[in-house]
Amino acid sequence: MLNPEQSFFQETTRRFLEGQAPLTKVRELAGDPAGFDRGWWRRGAELGWTGFLVPEGHGGGTLSGGGLADLAIVAEEFGRMVSPGPLHPTNVVAAALAASGTPEQQAEVLPGIVSGDVVATWCLDEPGRGWRPSDVQLMARPNGDGFVLAGTKAMVEAAGEADWFLVGARLDGSGDGLVQFLVPRDAPGLTVIPMNGLDLVRRFGQVGFDDVAVASTALVGAGDATADIERQLQIAAVLECAQMAGAADRVLEFTAEYALDRYSFGRQLASYQALKHRFADMKLWLEASHAAVEGAARAIDGAARGPSGSNGTDAAHAARLVSAAKVYVGDRVPELVQDCVQMHGGIGVTWEHDIHLYLRRVTLGRGLYGTPDEHRELLAVAAGL
Amino acid sequence: MVDTTDASASAQREHLDAYRKRVRVWLADNMPRLEPGVDWNPLRDDDDRASRARELQRRLYDGGFAGICYPPEYAGQGLPIEYQRVFDQESEGYELPMLFSVPTLSICGPTLLEFGTEEQKQRYIPAFIRGDELWVQFMSEPSGGSDMAGALTRATRDGDVFLLNGSKIWSTYAYRSDFALCLARTNWDVPKHRGLTMFIVPIHHPGITVNQIKMVDGTEEFCEEFFDDAVIPAENVIGEVDDGWTVATRLLFHERATVGGASPYTSGRMRGGETARDELVELAKARGKANDPLVRRLIGQAEALSIVHGQLVDRVRAGLETGYFPGPAGSLVRLYAGTAAVDRATIAMEIAGDEALVWDGDADGRYGIGYVKRQASCLGGGSTEMARNIISERLLGMPREYAADRDVAFRDVRRNTKPWKEGSG
Repeated sequence: MLNPEQSFFQETTRRFLEGQAPLTKVRELAGDPAGFDRGWWRRGAELGWTGFLVPEGHGGGTLSGGGLADLAIVAEEFGRMVSPGPLHPTNVVAAALAASGTPEQQAEVLPGIVSGDVVATWCLDEPGRGWRPSDVQLMARPNGDGFVLAGTKAMVEAAGEADWFLVGARLDGSGDGLVQFLVPRDAPGLTVIPMNGLDLVRRFGQVGFDDVAVASTALVGAGDATADIERQLQIAAVLECAQMAGAADRVLEFTAEYALDRYSFGRQLASYQALKHRFADMKLWLEASHAAVEGAARAIDGAARGPSGSNGTDAAHAARLVSAAKVYVGDRVPELVQDCVQMHGGIGVTWEHDIHLYLRRVTLGRGLYGTPDEHRELLAVAAGL
Repeated sequence: MVDTTDASASAQREHLDAYRKRVRVWLADNMPRLEPGVDWNPLRDDDDRASRARELQRRLYDGGFAGICYPPEYAGQGLPIEYQRVFDQESEGYELPMLFSVPTLSICGPTLLEFGTEEQKQRYIPAFIRGDELWVQFMSEPSGGSDMAGALTRATRDGDVFLLNGSKIWSTYAYRSDFALCLARTNWDVPKHRGLTMFIVPIHHPGITVNQIKMVDGTEEFCEEFFDDAVIPAENVIGEVDDGWTVATRLLFHERATVGGASPYTSGRMRGGETARDELVELAKARGKANDPLVRRLIGQAEALSIVHGQLVDRVRAGLETGYFPGPAGSLVRLYAGTAAVDRATIAMEIAGDEALVWDGDADGRYGIGYVKRQASCLGGGSTEMARNIISERLLGMPREYAADRDVAFRDVRRNTKPWKEGSG
């Protein structure tokens, strides 16, 4: 449930997206290589989209005391309007730098993220690998005063537009030690290969690191980065679930309207119990999805504030809630949207109808940062198996 | 109702943190700890369960923690809902008289508070807050569970009394309880909703027979009651004669609030997700299936369903309290609970494997039996089909189902042609 400040903010963001990025605009951007307009992104950032996970000293701040709960409001609104823009990767990098970045890194990057002038992204996944920290293979070889990075990252959102890349790497020679680096776009040897994808405006790329030399000042965080990466994954997964819940909210809204407007055999579609009961199930899936997102966001915010820090039991609790959300929302929301396609009949599988924009978005969200089955396995581990 | 606006009362009230500390200390000194896993034994003789609940309720009363949100003039504590929630949180892990919590305190009690005369409230409310008298609902009838307003039990006026005839069903522990709220037909010449009256019925009373019903798992908690010219004084009417549906509607509201976790009158938490998880994990290990990918996936699924259940309860409760959700939103929790319990029962049976089907003398076959009883979770407390009707009609604004008995005098409404329990041969 939102507090009055959050409700006001939600309303402002909704009005902005409906006015500045209606679905006709989203369709136009389908042909645009960037997928979003940077001037538009700056105006959105002015509303607060990129500051909730950033400390006040760097221009950020929260509405409710829980930055992720506030940011999840934006993500839900993005889902409702299948909006463009690097909302998730930029905020994940902001959170990572706020938590573990050096003062120099924070001073150099965070103000630009908050103002919307800087786009940053996060590189974790690799071709043919999964989303677990243990899957990272990209190698960081010590080299004089710095490191040399070699390997390839996949599923990097907004790679084509990013000014900074937060890169997860394995430290050569230390077995399983993980580290993260903040690498600028113009680093020699860094190449971006744009990929095609399901979503019309969220762009992904492969990023090649062909012996990219970085100074030791590019390291983000001291010591092993596994806990940092886990927390970034939690944030990213919750934002993904929030987008999916927001998308489901809007799809169920316009599909229920459609069922009330359409008549067959002289009756409203919405008067048939066979359909009403399916709508009731979908309403339940929707509200339970919202609840799962709220609970997981609260837990991550709580772990960030908690005395035990990101390595304690609060983080483990948050991880369980995030996985539960990824399982439930990842299973139910795509099915909800598919069922709404069915409710629409033939128009639901045409390019003209907007529902496929939503189905594309939620199908992407289902897979990013771990499928439902992968998170079921994580829950089994957490349960003691 | 609870008065949260009176500033002077609020100023005199104990601070919530101090209250929490006092609750914590008192519980540790006075209430027994709950041992996980000992509760399940369907074939156990449960005669002592009601007397145990009476004893525990009395302990709460003596400690000043019974009827926390009930008005002080009826032996309650007169505190706002936040105090009850603190008690709920602190009392997790303790054995509580849940038999009093639901339905006596959470459903029957608030209905009496709203519709009872001053005399009725003085007579009945303190008695159950003290743990002396246990209540049940006489609502459903063998003729059909979902169409409650189609009740056939009749109450015929005879001077200062009513003569009660007919039968009710699915009251839990009626044979160990004292009073019931009973919905009966007093007028057959008007449409169904306008000819009902709500009565306070003493259960152990001439003309009333209570039978226990044996369920597929062997339990006999549910009861069926038969009324044969049972004499009920007119002073036992709650609300107005022929206006019992108004009372029943509020009773159903309190039932939904209870199921939705939003009732201020429920004491103690009703969900048990965490013990359920441990049980499945232990089962998988005991069957040597800890590394079976299918079993791991099933346990992950049960985990997710259990976690999201708790969060849905939190969301619906908060939404009902702030007015974000209308009252019928409690049906969301009802539908979730039913379908998730079905999934869980299937998962447990799957993990248990052969031992759910055939077991030796040391085992109890609970996962096979749980599967056989599975659909009870989608039936008791209102079927999931009714929940789906309520969600689609009251939350999504879809057209109401056609009703053949609308605006028809009840005596002209078509009814079952065969009695219950016949037909399958």
